[in-house]
Amino acid sequence: MNKIKQIAPVKKMNWFDKIAHPGQFLIWSRYLILPLIIITITTFIIGLWYAFFNSPEDYQMGNTVRIMYIHVPTAWLSQFIYVMMAISSIGSLVWRHPLADVAMKVAAPLGATFTAMALFTGALWGRPTWGTYWEWDGRMTSTLILLLMYLGLIALWRSFDDQLRAAKLVAIITLVGVINIPIIKFSVDWWNTLHQPSIISSKGISMPPEIYTPLFIMLFAFTMLFILLQTNAMRTEIIRRKADRLMRKKINKNSGAKNNV
Amino acid sequence: MRVFLAIIKRDIKLAAHSIGDMLTLILFFIMVGVLVPIAIGPDKEFLANIAPGIMWIAAFLSSLLALDRIFRPDHEDGSLLAMRHSAISFELIIFAKLIAHWISAILPLILATPMMALMLNMDMRNFINSVISLIVGTPALIAFGAVGAAITVSLKRGGLIAPVLILPLSLPILIFGVSSIKINVGAGTQEAALLILAAISLIAVSLTPFATALALRLTQE
Repeated sequence: MNKIKQIAPVKKMNWFDKIAHPGQFLIWSRYLILPLIIITITTFIIGLWYAFFNSPEDYQMGNTVRIMYIHVPTAWLSQFIYVMMAISSIGSLVWRHPLADVAMKVAAPLGATFTAMALFTGALWGRPTWGTYWEWDGRMTSTLILLLMYLGLIALWRSFDDQLRAAKLVAIITLVGVINIPIIKFSVDWWNTLHQPSIISSKGISMPPEIYTPLFIMLFAFTMLFILLQTNAMRTEIIRRKADRLMRKKINKNSGAKNNV
Repeated sequence: MRVFLAIIKRDIKLAAHSIGDMLTLILFFIMVGVLVPIAIGPDKEFLANIAPGIMWIAAFLSSLLALDRIFRPDHEDGSLLAMRHSAISFELIIFAKLIAHWISAILPLILATPMMALMLNMDMRNFINSVISLIVGTPALIAFGAVGAAITVSLKRGGLIAPVLILPLSLPILIFGVSSIKINVGAGTQEAALLILAAISLIAVSLTPFATALALRLTQE
């Protein structure tokens, strides 16, 4: 990869400005990618090994319980990513931070993918245990709404040419949509529906350690996967914007020269 | 207050000038009511059962169609820019525009509901309930719609993307709107749904003008 030109530090930068500057981000995040890949792959190997070979079958559900090790982490990420996007939106609206714009933009497709995975694995799991792929219960419906919102946000991003202006406008609608997150989170407590309540609550963990150990490893692995993909996508987006800017500069320069002649 | 009323009056007058648009909207609303019995068969009892849902879907779709009219004309001829520098706050102006839009785009639909009720074989009680639930719930529909309309006002294809954006947000309105009409769902549920619908409307109408105004300001930067 080409060396990115280091921007001369301005005097009044504090530590946060320094690490959050897009140019600086490109520099320090480069050293993050490889460790993240290693951590993600190792935890996935350990987690999947536990999930497939070293965890008991459920006394009712049998082998299908293993779907949980994919289903729960992706469902957790679907909400986590939206909250992260909402926080980035605040950063984008209040401080007009370019890195927040980028984080918000690249998180949307990732969020949509994980939400779709959660819905898909949920449907696969629902068929043998509940006897149906889909049921209009509180949590499923609200998760489906979340997926639709992700897709709407992606569509909105793509319909703007000016990405700087798009960021602020997308941020507004992201923040309006954040009301859906508590609805998803508490839907299983508010409505007495088909989906089972949370396994991790204030009362403790309602499952044996043989099952929650692989679950937590998989949760960690998926979160690491998200952080890896997010960091990499942010780097790509920043470089792409930089390339765009340079290209435009070049075109301007050339056409300007022609006009002078 | 005078400015506030003047804006409402202006918007209604403008809407009255393009009365064709208004009639098209009503036509669309009625046509959804025509489509459903044709598509699923004219079984009267079944139609009466699903009538509340169809009524709301028709209102929902028609309000989405009208979304583009809230801000786009004013954005294109520069009136919005002038309004930003008016004596009263921009948020208040947005609020006035929402009221005017409700009167000019939703009220005609509510006036057309008797025809819908006839076609769908609704009884009197169901009909009155559905009118009440539409009156209580549609302000929230407009309020969320305004955010979407404001965000997409600078886009040429905004008319297509705004509905996709606000549809997921508006689903709670649909859920509680329909359950506030159905009378045979158990004691108290219908009243509770109506109250929740009213709460959603009040919250949406009071908060979204700020988001809408922010979006319009950012668009014009």
